[in-house]
Amino acid sequence: MKISDIQKLTDARIVAGHSFSERNVKKAFSSDLMSDVLTLDEEDILLITGLANIQLLRTAEMADIHVVLLARNKKASPEMIQLAEENRIVLLETPFSIFRASGVLFSSGIQPLY
Amino acid sequence: MELVFEIKGGDFTHAGKASSKIKKVLKQLNVDAKMIKRIVIAVYEAEVNVVAHAHNGVLRTIIGNDSIEVVIKDEGPGIENVEKAMEAGFSTASKAVREMGFGAGMGLPNIQKNADELEITSEINKGTMVRFKNYF
Repeated sequence: MKISDIQKLTDARIVAGHSFSERNVKKAFSSDLMSDVLTLDEEDILLITGLANIQLLRTAEMADIHVVLLARNKKASPEMIQLAEENRIVLLETPFSIFRASGVLFSSGIQPLY
Repeated sequence: MELVFEIKGGDFTHAGKASSKIKKVLKQLNVDAKMIKRIVIAVYEAEVNVVAHAHNGVLRTIIGNDSIEVVIKDEGPGIENVEKAMEAGFSTASKAVREMGFGAGMGLPNIQKNADELEITSEINKGTMVRFKNYF
């Protein structure tokens, strides 16, 4: 699924990495626990999270995750946006809860990791 | 090539700077992407450990033609029982660290998973030394 479709399905706003919105994503993982994200063996997934801090972007950078969806109106700080841009990470903000965003994307064909 | 980074305890804003720099260097050296990921995740976990538990630390890495060695030495409370700390789920992290998305007792086991060689020594109320090596 294209990131631009993820954006439409979750009423999201892209706040960083606009030029990469046509990238494709097949799988997603939802978590607020960065330690858990750091144990994933797959790359190029969508990360759905309620954790909005700079370590979210560092975790995505190290784990080769290039799309992050912030749930329930969590706002990305200017530092987060800058770090996302530096690492070519697409950062989106959705009003949906993690549960709703995950449900909508799952039923639209995004696959789980486990 | 040798790179040295200072890490401040409690400074979550800068945790990850060393891993980020090392990742860029390894990419330039055309190291395999999966191997880069293993290395930088181990480095990042180690950096977060210093920020979460110690007063300060120094991360030193030597990148050779076919391997990388990373040594992180910190001044801090030390680890009472290294074997116990290696168990998945064992944690002494503060609430603040958990709120940052860490402190679930997964860091050291994850370093072990991603490192080819790992050595940890620690002295109570002095500090901890983590050394690991990966072969490209």
